[in-house]
Amino acid sequence: MHGLDSLSMLAQGAGAKAGMFLATASLAKLAPLDILVIAVYFVMVIWIGFYLKGQANTSEEFFMAGREMTAWIAGLSFVSANLGSLELMGWAGSAYQYGILAAHWYWVGAIPAMLFLGMVMMPFYYVCKTHSVPGYLKLRYGQGASVVSAVSFAFMTVLMSGVNMFAMAVVMKVVLGWDLNFSIIVSSLAVALYVALGGLRSAIFNEVLQFVLIWGGALLVPILGLVEAGGWSGFKAKLAANMAAGLTPKGDYTHMWHSLGHFSNNPMGIHWTGIVFGLGFAISFGYWTTDFLVVQRVLAAHNLRSARMAPVIGSFFKMAVPFIVILPGLLGLVVLHNPDGSLMHLVGENQVSAAHPYSYNEVLPLMLVRYCAPGLLGLGVTALIAGFMSGMAGNVSAFSAVWTYDIYQPLIKKNARDEHYVTVGRWATILGVVVSIGTAYLVMNAAGIMDYVQALFSFFISPLLGVVLMGMFWKRATKAGGFWGLLIGTLTSIGLWAWVKIVPSALRYVALSPDAKAMAEDMYRALWSVIVSVLVTFVVSLFTEPKTLAELNGVVYGATKLPTEEPVPFYKNEWFWCVIAIIAFLALNIYFW
Amino acid sequence: MHSSPISIWFFIGLLLTIYGALIFGYGIFDLVTGNLPHVVLANLHAPVWWGGLMTALGLFYLIKFRPGFDAK
Repeated sequence: MHGLDSLSMLAQGAGAKAGMFLATASLAKLAPLDILVIAVYFVMVIWIGFYLKGQANTSEEFFMAGREMTAWIAGLSFVSANLGSLELMGWAGSAYQYGILAAHWYWVGAIPAMLFLGMVMMPFYYVCKTHSVPGYLKLRYGQGASVVSAVSFAFMTVLMSGVNMFAMAVVMKVVLGWDLNFSIIVSSLAVALYVALGGLRSAIFNEVLQFVLIWGGALLVPILGLVEAGGWSGFKAKLAANMAAGLTPKGDYTHMWHSLGHFSNNPMGIHWTGIVFGLGFAISFGYWTTDFLVVQRVLAAHNLRSARMAPVIGSFFKMAVPFIVILPGLLGLVVLHNPDGSLMHLVGENQVSAAHPYSYNEVLPLMLVRYCAPGLLGLGVTALIAGFMSGMAGNVSAFSAVWTYDIYQPLIKKNARDEHYVTVGRWATILGVVVSIGTAYLVMNAAGIMDYVQALFSFFISPLLGVVLMGMFWKRATKAGGFWGLLIGTLTSIGLWAWVKIVPSALRYVALSPDAKAMAEDMYRALWSVIVSVLVTFVVSLFTEPKTLAELNGVVYGATKLPTEEPVPFYKNEWFWCVIAIIAFLALNIYFW
Repeated sequence: MHSSPISIWFFIGLLLTIYGALIFGYGIFDLVTGNLPHVVLANLHAPVWWGGLMTALGLFYLIKFRPGFDAK
């Protein structure tokens, strides 16, 4: 019933908004040139799928792209798989709503974790030659923890695909008036086709292509937005004038840390401890170091140095993404106007009305149609479609690998021929897309799209982080410790979420303040689940039998001999670029302090 | 991606060149006819310089990573 309600609300809401769009403006009408741009993109991605079909015959080729990717390709794919339409639109909307605070999800919420993955964790993932993160858990903790992780991951990936589908279909409905089903089916079929044909290699190739396209299509918006606003200083002056005139809610939209001293001082309702420990550690490290969707891209690198370098390369692009996502959202605060010349006010999804026809999540499409002439609009829309497809391809290729290696092979059919598993992988890709379509309408139950994603992360990803870290860096951690740590950590996360849903006043305990808001709750819930999973793993391990050192070779720090790497000039050394990334990260945070 | 006969960078170059040429061509047409699109800052003729930039970048990748040519 719940799902049907969501479907009904979504369809009605999108339909009503599309109607208002058409009534107020015809800005979003695509010219023939725009249609041509979109068509060329679809032809290209399908062509790549067919072209690469001949290079996906063995399981190693299909699921791991033959482990032949260079650091640049693995790094760009690593970032692109995360850059879905959900990301583009959701965070542009959050920037309009919360200001530059939203950039925390790109900087402190990503960069330290990406660098940690590359420099500290990747050697263990890479040396043990695992096919997946649940595969690593199997090597370290045995079948139990692996199956718990694989099942929760498979569940999460199809839900995430559903979120992506929903986001893209609503964009197409609102901006272009396209039928929801048409958008979902056409894009899904394209993704299913090229991933099922070319496997991970095809997904990675397309992700790199999409990454370039997203930049090509979206970069023009902040450039022209800054020109119109009179540069960054002009933007700040206009914003201050709007706030003084009461046109924009008062708040600190341009500083990242100033207002985080207390929950009630910022519109996100979060404290700096939540950002640093909840987002910067529990959620971020959980996502970037244990979510197989992104780790799979790096595991496809052709040697250990490239595998370590890939997240470092990715970190630079991740730091730059706010320029095409956060900045357009911020600029929307001052440049978006109604046809009568008054300042436009975007509102939450549940507050959309005739007076306020657009929600926060529509700020990016609104900026696109504001500046983009025919051809450029098609490029911008293609960027959104590409963002959706890269996110979805990431989900289904990871789902296919985990389903085949970590669920089907150990539980359903062991010791089959390699060709059999490739066939299963191809069908799992299609199954993943079909199930994602089915869940696309079940995912809109939170106030904003991103709130929901954060809730999902804290359910599954954060407890996994605790267990992986304990397994990777503590030789004494045992099979039973890992299993119970993961299970109880996950149940803790779901339990805390349910507690606040049923008893809203429980928020003061979960998020440490009655002033906390949804995002703050997600941060702290993730933190508690990591702490619980670590504690349970620790305590249970103390009372159970550990593995021998020989059994831990290749999977645990202190029990693994890492291969020595050939010396290279400093500018090719991963540590050099890691330090540069840290300096850039610190500089950005200080500049926007 | 040198293990594959056609590099991913070649595909990227091809796509950028096609898009750049289409957008640049449209921009030039508008510039010549004086028929500005109904968008903000249309007077900056973004399709001309953005399309031109994409074409130049696309051609660079297209040539540098063309099949049968070792980019190293």
